[in-house]
Amino acid sequence: MSGAGGDRRPGGRVRGAVVPEAEFRSYYGRPIIKAPVWTWEVPWYFFVGGLAGASASLGLGARLAGNDRLARNAWTVSAAGVTAGVPLLVSDLGRPERFPYMLRMFKVTSPLSVGSWILAAMGPAAAGAAVSDRLGIFPGLGRVAETVAGLLGPALATYTGTLVADTAVPVWHEAGRELPFVFAGSAAASAGAAAVLLTPPADAGPARRLAVTGAVLELGAAQAMERRLGELGEPYHQGPAGRLARLARVCTAAGAGLVALGGRRRAVAAAGSALLLAGSACERWAVYKAGFQSAADPKYVVGPQRRRIQD
Amino acid sequence: MTARMGFFTDTSICIGCKACEVACKEWNLVPEDGPLALTGDSYDNTGALGANTWRHVAFVEQRRDDDGLRWLMSSDVCKHCSSAACLEVCPTGALFRTEFSTVVVQPDICNGCGYCVPACPFGVIDRREDDGRAFKCTLCYDRLRDGLQPACATACPTDSIQFGELDELRQRAHERVATLHDAGVAEARLYLEDEADGVGGAGAFFLLLDEPEVYGLPPDPVSTTRDLPTLWRAAALAAGTLAVAVAASFLEGRR
Repeated sequence: MSGAGGDRRPGGRVRGAVVPEAEFRSYYGRPIIKAPVWTWEVPWYFFVGGLAGASASLGLGARLAGNDRLARNAWTVSAAGVTAGVPLLVSDLGRPERFPYMLRMFKVTSPLSVGSWILAAMGPAAAGAAVSDRLGIFPGLGRVAETVAGLLGPALATYTGTLVADTAVPVWHEAGRELPFVFAGSAAASAGAAAVLLTPPADAGPARRLAVTGAVLELGAAQAMERRLGELGEPYHQGPAGRLARLARVCTAAGAGLVALGGRRRAVAAAGSALLLAGSACERWAVYKAGFQSAADPKYVVGPQRRRIQD
Repeated sequence: MTARMGFFTDTSICIGCKACEVACKEWNLVPEDGPLALTGDSYDNTGALGANTWRHVAFVEQRRDDDGLRWLMSSDVCKHCSSAACLEVCPTGALFRTEFSTVVVQPDICNGCGYCVPACPFGVIDRREDDGRAFKCTLCYDRLRDGLQPACATACPTDSIQFGELDELRQRAHERVATLHDAGVAEARLYLEDEADGVGGAGAFFLLLDEPEVYGLPPDPVSTTRDLPTLWRAAALAAGTLAVAVAASFLEGRR
């Protein structure tokens, strides 16, 4: 059989490619699944949500360790993160005025529902902790808020990985075991970096260590993700997602190196932190963009499903 | 709960008239999808299901070495899955399962978060951009409640779209496949009628004359939320790892 519709060729060969790709059939090369309708707010929310979540845990840790200067900066970053995150989430809605409907029910089958509740509890707590600390008011309530936000922080940083994994987009869904770790690492790296940026080196030791640990986790988990995905991970090597993934790797590795080796010098620490923050943001953007590339080409949907039937 | 109602779309007798598309749009007041134009690949003019296309007639032109040209026509629709990912991921509860076991969006609840859009393994539901909310086939919920058939099934001139109780439709479909096989149409096969499949069987299933992907359908769809327990475990483990990483960064400092 040959010819146009339902043929083994459409979409199966990239124009200008030397080596034809594996054969698959499709409806005129059209996508099978829909690409997300989400816009730029979503990857930035992933970034600021991760930053806020990991910063809250860092703030709680610093308080327990008696490092009040680091605690203050971490809580400031965390409060800023959740404050920036809420409008990003609201403006991405098709009906922003219906944002409160997010809390109409609690559904464990919907990571977006679970995440909305985490943010609803964690956001006011982080903001309250920062306000209490800065103004020196309600210290008792401030400690409660710090505990709540500090414990919920890791959940806020990682649920977004499950949110994208719980879709039919192959590059997201098949990486469901690794994505929360990529996001956890990215969140830790960014939170550590932001605290290093704001805190004198003498008090920033834990933040430096968190930044480096986070960077290592981010790079390792991204590597594991690509291994798991195999050829489904192609979007991470092509187009916008490919460029962002490379940029994320370079920035994160360079930033971690600078912070680890020269973190006691303020200028070096600042440069390393900026690179880590950029790397973390690029990583979220790479994951986001890869989803669109994965949804657009039916071969990523048909190929694995066809093999599953034949096995 | 009344009996589960659904569609059996027998594509072997679809003539591609698109009366289903028109009837659906008229009854449900679905807006146009932009200028009326053909895709250029075939007589298909809507391309895919979407917020403004709840029935989509696919036109497949196949040139065959033995007997020239073959046309496959198929009217696609929301599958009303037994395990419906769109419904499960909807954070507001706008998507719900009706007394007919169909899956319907409540426009007064939907806040346009868009999560259902990439969650659907068939690419059915989509957000209407000028409206902001998600829309898809309701299996004419309003007509069903009044004892009527869905608009598309009513309009279909060849009975390619059959509406009824799912159990009865399945039986009818198996008989039809047997008839076609006896008549030498060996490629006839049912799609989504089996409750053991990845979406737990569908409320709208099909008789196809080629592999599903030829019609733009996924060959072995699995409900997105089926492995959610594994996904949640990974998120919990990652959150724990992050907490340990934070704690460790302070412990080292004490040494």
